[in-house]
Amino acid sequence: MAATAYYLTRLRNLFAVVMLSGVYSLFAAALYMVLDAVDVAFTEAAVGAGISTVLMLGTLSMTTDKEKVRKKPPLTALILVFMTGGVLVYGTFDMPRYGDPNAPIHQHVANRFIERSGEEVGPPNIVTSVLASYRGYDTLGETAVVFTAAVGVLIIIGRSKDRSMPNAKAVRRREEDDDITHEPSAKEKEDASS
Amino acid sequence: MTEKTLLIVVSKILIPLILLFALYVQFHGDFGPGGGFQAGVIFAVAFILYALIFGIRTARKVIPSAVTRTMLALGVLIYGGTGVATMLMGGEYLDYNVLADTVKGGQHIGIFIVEFGVGLTVSSAMITIFYTFSGHVNAELPFRKGDKP
Repeated sequence: MAATAYYLTRLRNLFAVVMLSGVYSLFAAALYMVLDAVDVAFTEAAVGAGISTVLMLGTLSMTTDKEKVRKKPPLTALILVFMTGGVLVYGTFDMPRYGDPNAPIHQHVANRFIERSGEEVGPPNIVTSVLASYRGYDTLGETAVVFTAAVGVLIIIGRSKDRSMPNAKAVRRREEDDDITHEPSAKEKEDASS
Repeated sequence: MTEKTLLIVVSKILIPLILLFALYVQFHGDFGPGGGFQAGVIFAVAFILYALIFGIRTARKVIPSAVTRTMLALGVLIYGGTGVATMLMGGEYLDYNVLADTVKGGQHIGIFIVEFGVGLTVSSAMITIFYTFSGHVNAELPFRKGDKP
C-alpha cells in the first residue's frame, strides 16, 4: 500500500496515476476486510476502486493525461504536509490499542446496539440496523449529499449534448477540439439541432 | 465493430449477473454485508459497462438521462417521504415502529423502503455523473484515441 502511494506521487502519467489509485483503493478494501469492517470494505471496493476510477478516466479524456512539471518544488506545501502528518501521527499516540475492550468506542453506545438491536430493530446485520434505523437522520443526510453531488455536476457541466437547447459554448469548444476521433459534422449538427 | 466482439459477448454475459448481484446486495442487506449505497453503485456499474462497450448513445436509449434525473430526486423523496409518513401515522420523523403492528415488522418495512430510496438515488446519481462526463467527449467511447493506453 505504501509503495502504491509512493508511486502515485512520483508518476507524471495521469492515466497510470488513476489506475494506481484504483489499486490503492483495492488494498484499502482488503485492509478493511482484515479489520472485519465488511460493509466499509464493500463500499470502498465498489466506489473507490470501481466508480471513481471510471469517473477519473472520464475526466482525463476531457483534459489531458500529462501532469505539468514544476521547476521549483513547492516548499511551503511540503512543510504543511509534514506538519499535518506529524500532528496526525502525534494524535495516534493517544489512541487505545487495536481491539482494546476498554477503548471508549466499545464503552459508549456500541454495547447497547449489540445487545438490543435484535429486539428493537430486527435485522441480523447490526450495521444495517444502525445505518437505516438508529442513525436514520445521518443516512438521510448522506443520501442528500449524493443527490447534491449529482445535481452539482449537472449544473456545472451538464447543460450540453442531451438538452434541447445545447450550450453554445460547449459545442463551440468541441468543434475547436481537433483531435476528436469520431466522424465530423453531419451527426454533430443533427445533435445540436435536435 | 469486429474487434469488440469479445467485449460485447462477455459484457452481455456479465451485465445480467451484475444487475442480479446488485439486487441481491440491495435486498439482502438486512442479513449480510451491503445495503442501498453498495447496491446502487453496483447497479450503476452495469449501465456504465454497457455504455463503455456499446457507446454512450445506445446507453442513453436504454436509460435516458431524463429517467435517471427523475430517479435521482425520487430516491431522496422516498427516504424523506417515509419520515413524513411515519409522522402522519402518529410517530416521530423516521420512527418506523408505527408502519406495522409489531415493532420488528415496522422496522423491517421502514428499513426496506429507506434502503430502496438510497439505492435509487445512488445508482441514478452515478449514471447521471457518468453521462454528464462522457457527454462532453464527443466520441463513441468516452476515451479519445490519444488517451488510450
